[in-house]
Amino acid sequence: MSTATETSATVTLPKVRIDYLPVLLVPILMLLALPLVGSFSTWVTLTVAALAMGMMIFLMASGLTLVFGLMDVLNFGHGVFISFGAYVSLIALGPLAGWVESTNLWLNVGALLACILVAMLVTGALGYAFERVVIRPVYGQHLKQILITMGGMIVAEQMIHVIWGASPIPLRLPEGLRGAIVIGDAAMEKYRVIAVVLGLLVFGAMHLVLNRTKIGLLIRAGVENPEMVEALGYKIRRLFVGVFIVGSALAGLGGVLWAFYRQTLTAGMGMEVNVLIFIVIIIGGLGSVGGCFIGAILVALVANYTGFLAPKLALGSSILLMVVILLWRPQGLYPVAKR
Amino acid sequence: MSDNLLNLQGVHTHIGQYHILHGVDLAIPRGQLTMLLGRNGAGKTTTLRTIMGLWQASQGSITFDGRDITKLPTPDIAQAGIAYVPENMAIFADLTVRENLILAARNGDLDPARLKWIFGLFPALEKFWSLAAGVLSGGQKQMLAIARAIVEPRDLLLIDEPTKGLAPAIIMNMVQAFKELKSTGATILLVEQNFLAAKLLGDHVAVMDDGRVVHRGAMAELAEDAALQQKLLGLSMDAHQ
Ligand SMILES: Nc1ncnc2c1ncn2[C@@H]1O[C@H](COP(=O)(O)OP(=O)(O)OP(=O)(O)O)[C@@H](O)[C@H]1O
Ligand SMILES: [Mg+2]
Repeated sequence: MSTATETSATVTLPKVRIDYLPVLLVPILMLLALPLVGSFSTWVTLTVAALAMGMMIFLMASGLTLVFGLMDVLNFGHGVFISFGAYVSLIALGPLAGWVESTNLWLNVGALLACILVAMLVTGALGYAFERVVIRPVYGQHLKQILITMGGMIVAEQMIHVIWGASPIPLRLPEGLRGAIVIGDAAMEKYRVIAVVLGLLVFGAMHLVLNRTKIGLLIRAGVENPEMVEALGYKIRRLFVGVFIVGSALAGLGGVLWAFYRQTLTAGMGMEVNVLIFIVIIIGGLGSVGGCFIGAILVALVANYTGFLAPKLALGSSILLMVVILLWRPQGLYPVAKR
Repeated sequence: MSDNLLNLQGVHTHIGQYHILHGVDLAIPRGQLTMLLGRNGAGKTTTLRTIMGLWQASQGSITFDGRDITKLPTPDIAQAGIAYVPENMAIFADLTVRENLILAARNGDLDPARLKWIFGLFPALEKFWSLAAGVLSGGQKQMLAIARAIVEPRDLLLIDEPTKGLAPAIIMNMVQAFKELKSTGATILLVEQNFLAAKLLGDHVAVMDDGRVVHRGAMAELAEDAALQQKLLGLSMDAHQ
């Protein structure tokens, strides 16, 4: 066998190019906004709010991008898990009312975590059922997928009406998580900081799983070429069901956080963010978790800054961002190499 | 037990509305290298994909080691002991060389001794061990695709045109590697357009045309019979020499 020095003389190492450009867009956008916003403290508040929103969108969207990447499944019903996740947290909140109003911060955090746990369990199970009943019969048929998943979404929304009633339900943040942390004259709402931390933790965990475990490698390989993963002896369907369940649970988590953020529950909340989620996964590059993360932050930053600077533009700002990014990179920020 | 590891009998394959294979009969003897030759579009790739279950045979039967695998799903066929190197290599570009091989080793960790043997066959893989497979050259990707098929011992290797588009020096490296593989007693079904490489490697040969096997015999026989080559393979083979 040849030694390392010998081989390096005969074979040149290919250049590895890590693509940081999309990541750089985040600080660039933040810096550009600073002079436009004018006041530093307002800018901090807006930016923290945007980061929190970005994390929640990322949580809601991450499963969807993998679901599409692995099996080419267009699930327009993903918002179901967001609404359901938010509503079932009421189940946990009922018996924990004492924890919510307690002045003990740990009990407050415990109440939030209990909501998250219940929501993820329920939406994970719901995801399993949804995959079996709604998705499985329409593998490989995009038009039917769109129709039936949207139908599933409408049915689910009506079920929420039936179970929890049609009017919005106010949701109170646990006592210790209300209010803001003030540094100098910049105020950051505590809950937003918590959302950012939770989002980062989940992103970090996903990153580890996708890069350091065999299951994660299989998911990434499956997004690139599901046929070859099967030819290596792995059942891609099983992998897909697993991803679908986890993706649904994450959407449920996102739904809980989103509901506490708005401090209201409405049956239509999943449907409302559905469009935003699709914009994010298209911006990120279908199938790319990293792209989804950056895409979610960008969308949220743009939405928050324009919401402050030009409120009339706020609605269209994400679509505008998508158009600009697709003009630059037609496959999204991080295109996934496809078969 | 028959001395044929794989048997195809009257296999028909439809792709959508197209009838591609029209009754393929093929027997792959154990422990030997069978070349599958034929013009472009003859149905070689379709035959391999049908064996792997990536297309479903609409008629006929495929038996592997005495077991009917015609209707098995692809992962089960792979687990029965067949490894596949597709025409387009299908390496996972986003994953490193190491990660590509980890996935191919489905029985557990990479075996260091076997890895060393593979590095001996394809030194470039050791060199680029932690690089994303997408940055490899065409030849190196092909080496990775083959390494993936042999990272654990498998009973049968299906390899589709491994020398396509490669420089002559790399083709000779491949031929060397296949010789080494043969010497381990592996059973191989190799699709090859390069007749020179085919001559050097093949024990047996099957020639396909228009979705059927039109000739079966010893490779040496075909190699010596220029008229038969001309008849079966046409001029296209000479162009590859
Ligand atoms: N996905 C497909 N859809 C329709 N027809 C196909 C498809 N794949 C292959 N064919 C057709 O099937 C026939 C056999 O193709 P196949 O790829 O098996 O040939 P081959 O012998 O491998 O050729 P080559 O030497 O070019 O690789 C060709 O006529 C081809 O056009
Ligand atoms: Mg072919």
